[in-house]
Amino acid sequence: MATTSLTTCPYCGVGCGVQVTDEDGAISVKGDKLHPANFGRLCSKGSALADTIGLEDRLLHPQINGKQASWDTALNAVSNGLKKIIEEYGPDAVAFYVSGQLLTEDYYVANKLMKGFIGSANIDTNSRLCMSSAVAGYKRAFGSDSVPCSYEDLEQAELIVIEGSNTAWCHPIVYQRIVKAKQQRPELKIVVIDPRKTATCDIADLHLPIKPGSDATLFNGLLSYINKQQRINWDFVNPHTEGVVEALLAAEKSAAGISQVAQICELSEQDVRLFYQFFADTKKVVTLYSQGVNQSSSGTDKSNSIINCHLATGRIGKPAMGPFSITGQPNAMGGREVGALSNQLAAHMELNNPAHHDLVSRFWQTDNLASVAGLQAVDMFEQIANGKIKAIWVIATNPVVTLPNADVVRRAIEDCELVIVSECELNTGTAARANILLPALAWGEKCGTVTNSERRISHQRNFLPHPGEAEEDWWILSQVAKRMGFGEAFNYQSSADIFREHAALSGFENKGKRDFDISGLAEITDKQYDELSPIQWPVTARDSEGTERMFEDGRFFTATGKAQFIAITPRPPANATDEEYPLILNTGRVRDQWHTMTRTARSARLNAHISEPIIQIHPADAKAYNLKNSGIARLDSLWGNMLARIAVTEEQRPGSVFVPMHWNDFLASKGRVNALVNPVVDPISGQPESKHTPIKVAPYRPAWYGFMFSRTALAPSNAEYWVKIKGDQFFRYELAGETAISDPFSWAKKQLGNDGEWLEFSDQNEKRFRAGKIIDNRLESIIFIAPEFDLPARSWLSQVFSEQTVTDEMRMSLLAGKPGAGLPDTGPMVCACFGVGENTIMEAIASGSAKTAEDIGTLLKAGTNCGSCIPELKNIISNKQPH
Amino acid sequence: MKEKLVLIGNGMAGMRTVDELLKLSPDKFDITVFGAEPHGNYNRIMLSPVLAGDKQLNEIIINDLQWYRDNKITLYTGKTITKIDRVNQQVLSDDGTAADYDRLIIATGSLPVMLDIPGKELEGVISFRDINDVNVMIETAKTHKNAIVIGGGLLGLEAANGLMIQGMNVSVVHRNNTLMSQQLDQEAADLMRAELEEKGMHFLMNHHTEALLGDKRVKKVRFKDGSEVDADLVIMAIGVRPNIALAQASGIQCDRGILVDDTLQTFTPTIYAVGECVQHRKKTFGLVAPLFEQAKVCANHLVDMGIASYVSSVTSTKLKVTGINLFSAGNFIGDEMTQSLVFKDPARHIYKKLVIQDNKIVGIVLYGETGDGLWYFSLLTEEQDISKMRENIIFGQQHIEIPEEHA
Repeated sequence: MATTSLTTCPYCGVGCGVQVTDEDGAISVKGDKLHPANFGRLCSKGSALADTIGLEDRLLHPQINGKQASWDTALNAVSNGLKKIIEEYGPDAVAFYVSGQLLTEDYYVANKLMKGFIGSANIDTNSRLCMSSAVAGYKRAFGSDSVPCSYEDLEQAELIVIEGSNTAWCHPIVYQRIVKAKQQRPELKIVVIDPRKTATCDIADLHLPIKPGSDATLFNGLLSYINKQQRINWDFVNPHTEGVVEALLAAEKSAAGISQVAQICELSEQDVRLFYQFFADTKKVVTLYSQGVNQSSSGTDKSNSIINCHLATGRIGKPAMGPFSITGQPNAMGGREVGALSNQLAAHMELNNPAHHDLVSRFWQTDNLASVAGLQAVDMFEQIANGKIKAIWVIATNPVVTLPNADVVRRAIEDCELVIVSECELNTGTAARANILLPALAWGEKCGTVTNSERRISHQRNFLPHPGEAEEDWWILSQVAKRMGFGEAFNYQSSADIFREHAALSGFENKGKRDFDISGLAEITDKQYDELSPIQWPVTARDSEGTERMFEDGRFFTATGKAQFIAITPRPPANATDEEYPLILNTGRVRDQWHTMTRTARSARLNAHISEPIIQIHPADAKAYNLKNSGIARLDSLWGNMLARIAVTEEQRPGSVFVPMHWNDFLASKGRVNALVNPVVDPISGQPESKHTPIKVAPYRPAWYGFMFSRTALAPSNAEYWVKIKGDQFFRYELAGETAISDPFSWAKKQLGNDGEWLEFSDQNEKRFRAGKIIDNRLESIIFIAPEFDLPARSWLSQVFSEQTVTDEMRMSLLAGKPGAGLPDTGPMVCACFGVGENTIMEAIASGSAKTAEDIGTLLKAGTNCGSCIPELKNIISNKQPH
Repeated sequence: MKEKLVLIGNGMAGMRTVDELLKLSPDKFDITVFGAEPHGNYNRIMLSPVLAGDKQLNEIIINDLQWYRDNKITLYTGKTITKIDRVNQQVLSDDGTAADYDRLIIATGSLPVMLDIPGKELEGVISFRDINDVNVMIETAKTHKNAIVIGGGLLGLEAANGLMIQGMNVSVVHRNNTLMSQQLDQEAADLMRAELEEKGMHFLMNHHTEALLGDKRVKKVRFKDGSEVDADLVIMAIGVRPNIALAQASGIQCDRGILVDDTLQTFTPTIYAVGECVQHRKKTFGLVAPLFEQAKVCANHLVDMGIASYVSSVTSTKLKVTGINLFSAGNFIGDEMTQSLVFKDPARHIYKKLVIQDNKIVGIVLYGETGDGLWYFSLLTEEQDISKMRENIIFGQQHIEIPEEHA
């Protein structure tokens, strides 16, 4: 018998509603048709959520120094450890590093414990890496961290400027909403500003492949263009803003005219002019921006340069308009609301504001409230490295993979006196280095609220039992708080208790003074909390149904109530390229993976899209540094190095390369790109410059390349390069080794185990070796070795692992790596949702039955679920058709 | 008045030559054929299937007596030529039959090599050469139990297999460790031996026969190491040698075989020789394919066309033992000049080896999976450059991409 429950997706900041069906333990997911974020749609990652709820590699019991311990022992160890260090070195010797993956209630308790009772502001969140520049930009302009817009504004807009965001891959459902709007209203103009020609450009009327880091110049230029064209909306600017003159002067100074802008941003003049004309001539403009703006040493200035243009034209606080920062994580916004950034207090109040300090002290009934800003992520781990911080509690995040200069971070954690990690996963580089491991609940098990990019609070509900001894993060934190002697303040019985307190604080002596106010929810019963349907804050007695749009009354939360123009003097990225490090490293996400892959790597279909750490590089650069497509490159920066599979593509801007941020030590031997990323941060927001590090690249020249498949997980030996890829009923390992293998057959048996029936192919002179192992007429494992990387495609072998029996015909083909004439090979996975391969699509096109992506959809279903492969489908079509 | 053509030897090579002659110029010659065996002409290669019970004798007859009559060929069966009078261009048989010739073809074939050891004359010690041998084996199998086959070559194994099927307990004696060393490398030979052992065949590898024991009929075989085995029937299959006694006696130039030039002509211009009795450019022959080639060329010259010229070529072998598939050709062992592509699936008794030199196939051994043998063989004989196919060629023709598959 089937039960369904409604929850929200744990991935990006779009915050899609998910409907979960449990049919006698068989879990399946689909989009929640009623959820206003996605109206039933899910992206490839969301659609695969059911693949990721298994308990393998889960942390299910507390551990102390690798040994299982009881909760009581572990919690005492945590509180005693923290107390000891605080007594000896003071509260600033301890720190919490938390996560946008946390629920608001967990977040609230963590922040309250650290700032309110331990008495230090040394709590920061991985959202620091994601949107802290956007926060700082909003606060400078509006006096509050208020995202003005709603997703609906995108659908009503006449011009959408997508700036520094591969929305198609990183916020797929928002992108799909834009695509739909564009289909319904072809006159809707889309401008994409991105050094890369990403999948998002698929719907762009204009793509500006901007020089990395020059965004502020482009928008300063826009501001002065608006001025020169007399398009400044003085009726808005005069009564509602301050500082326009200074902003215009600064803009004029740095970006006098189109030709200067074009030159600095390395764009064509007519493209810049066209963009400026679009913006000036279109009333309903939404500028949607993300990490391309935020992850920069001048990220805050960049966002203000955008906001300036919206203030100048009065395009804010009205339908279909506004500067819209879209966040990366499911609850980045919730973290901002509870104040889990080290420079915030709580409920959008300020640490350095005495009134706020007094207010929160009284509300929490504490006399120990932190009064000075704590350390921001990057500084925090520097202080751990140099020993000033003796204890770190990491909750639901993986800094050894995600922070810049990640090798130093890893050493810092290894050397830290007390490392506490609350995790649901066992295999994270951070958990592996913890003194005390605390098992937390995962998505589907924990229950609480999250806030998405449009200020919409949704319920993330549990539909799975608590596995092992895993617990809610708020419970773990409260238990430690009690043991540290703060019992009364942490006497929570449920997440509803916490939510009510959080809501009450947001309304406490607020009276419209503070943007974040959900006092309308402060009194809700447990039942109402359980049934809470998605609602946009502020939620007050007056706006009990929530608030779709901020600043409709033109009133802002600054001292004067007026929005602030910020005079922007563009700054180039902190580290310029030079002769030794001539290329710009840009990092980011790929379509089907999430963060450090601890969850998404469990799903075979998600691993099929991009299976390895790749470096995308322009053909000209590839030629210059003689990198061959599908070969392996070594990347070096001043801070670290890595190995990545080479993907040569015209979509990359010459001089700049792209590498995904996802791979961790458990999935790739040398795939952590953040080991290379410069530890440079924005002086205001503290956000790292993850999108601009000078690097050099060179071909990696191993003695041999290879791959192996196995039904069971293995530990490859003699392979300096390895990547582990979970498939459907197999694990695949991509391999390369620096020392030749003298006796490949016995090596293969060592890797794969001696048993079973062995097939072997050898061509000693060409150093080509292949062996396969068959048990009970099923392919158990197979290994290919060659002196070059031009090994057979992996797709057919992947399919063989799903076969119940290996026919004689297949058996003879195994070591060829491809079927003989007559056996179909569906080719590399394109549509992860329906598992449609490239060859299948090619055939459909060749047969003439599919001429458009829509045809392919009706024919093969490809692209009809999340739609994020549609750009690829179109590519295949255009490449396939004779020109 | 027609020219007289006499053929000595009613076997496959000789009669194929006659066939070719009849095709080219049916009325040129007045043909007389002498055969030592008392039958029409039959397919000697098919003796194994007959022994194995897969074929009946009548099924392997190529030309029955009626055919000789229809083609106005005088056939003397059961008559052995004892003298060639080159001066008077006349042949004489053991029973005094004489025949004049203008042209003579010697096709006396080969004789099985018999070990010159004590007891070789005992009853039940035979070779595997003709219908009579097969009949003896089949009869013996009805009344006796133990058969010893000396020689683990192609012929020996076919004999052993046949005798096993006839119900005898068969052991194959082989002097070294590699069966069919003319066709197989060690690896393939071992696989085959394993499979034959599964079928119930016994092997005495690295055994050297010293004597055959018994008073009237053979009873035992003794080896140099002193060991003995019971034997009611001993088949000697250690090879053949060209049957040149007659030619030698008649003063025709011989070496190991009757020496012939590229037109199959002997040193005596009126006399030609074809088949296993000849030696052409230092080579003698044991397989049927080159014999048929020779027949064509020889006939061509006998009818004075004089255009064809015989070039001995690489030959491929298959073994006629049901359930055993092997294909072998060329330099299948390889040497310091060659490289090897090897595929093994021992559990399925499959072994494939291609010997490559200068990017061309020069040798082939296929065991268990011979489907691509002829394709490889054509690549070998056509000396095709296989460097572009090298990665997948061992997996067979169906894995060689047709260019458009690259698209």
